[in-house]
Amino acid sequence: MIGLRQRSELVNPLVFFFIIVTLFALALGAHEETLRQSAPAVIWVAALLASTLSLDTMFHPDLDDGCLEQFLLSHQSLTIIVVAKIMAHWLLTSAPLIVAALFLGLMVYLPQNAMFPLLATLLLGTPVLSLVGAILVALTVGLRGSGILLTLLILPLYIPVLIFSVATVDNAAKGLAITGELYFLGAILVLAATLAPLATTSSLRIRLG
Amino acid sequence: MHNMSLGANETVTRPGEAVNTTDCFTANELEYTRNDTVLFSGLNFKLYGGEMLQIQGANGSGKTSLLRILCGLTLPDAGEVFWNGINVHKQSYDYLKDLSYIGHANGVKNELTTLENLMVARAMSVPKEKVSNIAALERVGLADYENTQVRKLSSGQRRRLALARLMITDTRIWLLDEPFTALDDTGKKLVKELLSEHAATGGITLFATHEPMDVEHFKITIITL
Repeated sequence: MIGLRQRSELVNPLVFFFIIVTLFALALGAHEETLRQSAPAVIWVAALLASTLSLDTMFHPDLDDGCLEQFLLSHQSLTIIVVAKIMAHWLLTSAPLIVAALFLGLMVYLPQNAMFPLLATLLLGTPVLSLVGAILVALTVGLRGSGILLTLLILPLYIPVLIFSVATVDNAAKGLAITGELYFLGAILVLAATLAPLATTSSLRIRLG
Repeated sequence: MHNMSLGANETVTRPGEAVNTTDCFTANELEYTRNDTVLFSGLNFKLYGGEMLQIQGANGSGKTSLLRILCGLTLPDAGEVFWNGINVHKQSYDYLKDLSYIGHANGVKNELTTLENLMVARAMSVPKEKVSNIAALERVGLADYENTQVRKLSSGQRRRLALARLMITDTRIWLLDEPFTALDDTGKKLVKELLSEHAATGGITLFATHEPMDVEHFKITIITL
């Protein structure tokens, strides 16, 4: 509800996503073959950067208005609250990106047989971005210069997701098997979903302690 | 640096007895250092139900740090805090169920309305069933603002909303950091009424303020850091 009432924070990642993909398309020229080969990487890098852009909104406003202290002092499980915030972040930030990615895929000549794999990688990978991002946002919330610090810390952690996702869509476009890559992405998602909420909770307690 | 024990400090004791001697909030030999400065050490006190503790001190003397230690947000360098004989860190669920805290920030979301904020507060704590959200808003003078987003309220009105949270939650310990901030005379009178009512039902209040507390019939102990 809070996210829906802050329209700028809802729209900004989407606009950023569109801009990056469009810039790449313009920079690579109108050559269909070049764009087709670059399409998976362009879309995934754009989605990753757009998701990173919005991570700061997960806990920083709560720290500013005192609600984060109330979360820590509530007898309700902080882990459940953290899971709810991560899910809200994904729904408000990544879910619209996934829909936009399917349209932008057409713009960069992504083959039809790669559309469903793209959707699958985004559905498996973007939750990981929110989950892993939450840990580092919790560790850096309230620090001066936390924006750039967060980016420096988090981008290396996103690399496995980026590599497997782009490889999946690339292989699908070439008609190769993609089961292995999807299993890896699924495993990363399960690992992140299991451990990230607990790590985020501990990070918040350390940061506010 | 201040060495503190209850008997060494200014103590105001009003006639009357503790309302409830079952509940006991104790601090033993608390010590805290910030930026290589010992803010307080050897701090001891014991409060029973119906009693209050007022924390005074200059800016930077450690009032907020002490309150954060007492509510468990921060660990002290030495010493322990007990609620009914058990260290608060060893019974965090039971302790947090009995605790309400208002810090410098009001703990309300600007994007939500006053009513929605109270609904969230009620869901996150032990609710007081006999006090409705609407009744709490009326009591703090926000009856006409139930559908108004908090971003449109003044700082005094936001503080009143934070106080309304105290009314709808059934907690026995209140920790309040500068509760009179941004309030007019009517608001300050409201705070004193709430503290009196809380004490009358056996609640314990610890607060940091320089406001003179003319709350009658209840024991108030003053600690100066």
